[in-house]
Amino acid sequence: MGLRRAIVLFALMEVTWSLSVTTIGPETVSTDASAHPEPAEENTEQKEAAEEDVMATGELNPNHYPAQRAAKVVQHYLNLRHGSPYKLFGLKEVHSGNAEEVADSGRKYQLEISVHEIISNTKEKCSAEVFFPSGAKQLSPQVQVSSCEEILKLDAKSEEEALYQQYKTNKTVCTEKRLPDSYGHVDPEMTPFWHLSIVASSFIMLKESTENTLYNMAQVANITQLATENDQLKFDCHVLLHDMVSQEIPQWKLLFTWSPAEGVKVLHTEQLPHIHQSEKQAKPN
Amino acid sequence: FCGGGMQLGLFLSGNSHVFCALSNKAEYDYFQYHPMEEVREPAGWLRWRRNTPITGRLIGLKTDAKKKAIWMDCGIHAREWIAPAFCQYFVRQILQTYKTDTKMEAMMTNMDFYITPVLNVDGYIFSWTNSSTRLWRKNRSPGPSGDCYGTDLNRNFDANWGTVGVSSDCNSNIYPGRGPISEPEAQAVTYFVGSRKEDFLCFLTIHSYGQLLLIPFGHPDFTASNYDELMKVGEGAAEAIWKVHGKKYRVGTSPAVLYANSGSSRDWARMQDIPLTFTFELRDNGTYGFELPQEEIQPTCEEAYSGALHIITYAHDKTFNGATATAAAAVWTTLCSKLHTFLVPSVFSSFMTDFVLKA
Repeated sequence: MGLRRAIVLFALMEVTWSLSVTTIGPETVSTDASAHPEPAEENTEQKEAAEEDVMATGELNPNHYPAQRAAKVVQHYLNLRHGSPYKLFGLKEVHSGNAEEVADSGRKYQLEISVHEIISNTKEKCSAEVFFPSGAKQLSPQVQVSSCEEILKLDAKSEEEALYQQYKTNKTVCTEKRLPDSYGHVDPEMTPFWHLSIVASSFIMLKESTENTLYNMAQVANITQLATENDQLKFDCHVLLHDMVSQEIPQWKLLFTWSPAEGVKVLHTEQLPHIHQSEKQAKPN
Repeated sequence: FCGGGMQLGLFLSGNSHVFCALSNKAEYDYFQYHPMEEVREPAGWLRWRRNTPITGRLIGLKTDAKKKAIWMDCGIHAREWIAPAFCQYFVRQILQTYKTDTKMEAMMTNMDFYITPVLNVDGYIFSWTNSSTRLWRKNRSPGPSGDCYGTDLNRNFDANWGTVGVSSDCNSNIYPGRGPISEPEAQAVTYFVGSRKEDFLCFLTIHSYGQLLLIPFGHPDFTASNYDELMKVGEGAAEAIWKVHGKKYRVGTSPAVLYANSGSSRDWARMQDIPLTFTFELRDNGTYGFELPQEEIQPTCEEAYSGALHIITYAHDKTFNGATATAAAAVWTTLCSKLHTFLVPSVFSSFMTDFVLKA
């Protein structure tokens, strides 16, 4: 209608109330619980999906976490193997998945996924296999990818070569500014190094992934270029990862090299201790 | 008092101060991130009062009929900056839309909208301190020992508290607190919503990232009695989202789609018999994560608005059939035109006031 209306000048009191009493303690839990949540029906998938010890087997719901976590591992693998300052892969969608126990050694996932090359904005369907080894000693998952050739062959060679030549002798990268910054901004000149850091981080994210993690690189705290070695650009960087499942921000230092020919090679990694001093330093307002 | 035809909001305070705020005033950029003082400032978005830890905005059209309510909160987790941006956008959007959209006008006649743009105020302020605090998640309560801070507010509600998806280590980002509702922020919501729970049709809590719409319950052993309805409405919302910018949002319970958890505000709300309770996890999928670029604020808000509106419209239509809404609107028009003769001629019939969650 959009008519202009009379304003009703009512005495609108402050809508405040005091909290004083009502400490809602544990005794109310039983009241609520008895009234409402119903025990799960024989929803096999939902039940299985929830218990970490009894993981989903057989055909997986592609929208549920087991297939999603395994697919994310494929993303880390692709980035590590094929990523560059101008080539970065993301998981677009999981179409289908299957999981099976491999007698006493681990679990194997078979996935049909869509992979997205972020910079060129191209998409391709891929098949992948992810094997999570079991056992007390945490071993890295193993990944195999097939029918994904087009997206991996995407040519960024000329940009890569130009960047490589530019930074091999003339320029140097050194920044304390975080990538992205708090507002999600990355300077255009730093963008290739942000991508490179994601690729290098994928080494760690791949290595550390299990069926109970979901890693993304949250932020680069800093990246410094060191002297070129054996025709490889060399970098030292400090990255913040995000594990969705624990909601923690593990921090790592990485020493890695890169060239268009060799790709990213990680030389050294070091996990930093969980930093608490920020809690003490910055006092709340 | 304010003059001009662009008034869109009016608030009265206990001190009889009248502030007018333009919900689409040129100075407030809805597509940039704003620190707490800008969300709050007197001439800005929310009126500031001292000792007001958490403020929200109550919006609705005045009517004599008994109204139902919609709850939306943003920023339970400090680092999820896109969420408070969305709450602010949502308010602006409904205030603009109702003027020309009869459906929105009907909904605002029948329902009050309670929107809290930043629930975890201390945490949000802390995340703005410097670049090293940007990824803070919890509130800022001192921990049991001297050297840890913060409780995960979305594990602190009285809903299967402390059972799954938590850690007893006070340094952990999923530390659920000393006990259920140990935290003032959770107490405030519990009391405010709890004391008027029969009024609420809908409880939406906005987070990032992951592009998900999560339904109760976080505990794998419990299924909501209206699970099928929640899934249907959730899928409808996801489709509405997809239509805007082609972004896919997955729908399901937390344990199925993401991970098991307990003590969430959404689960607590569902246990209060509020039928339609959803957690929104906004963009993106991990490329930028918590530091979503400001250029993405607008498209993210547009799609999330579409999704939220789908849920709210469903909740409304289920409760108020078409005839009732029309009747109410008709009554209102009659009432208005009569009032117009006697009162100070002015421009709008919506009221907007700050509601205060005191803790």
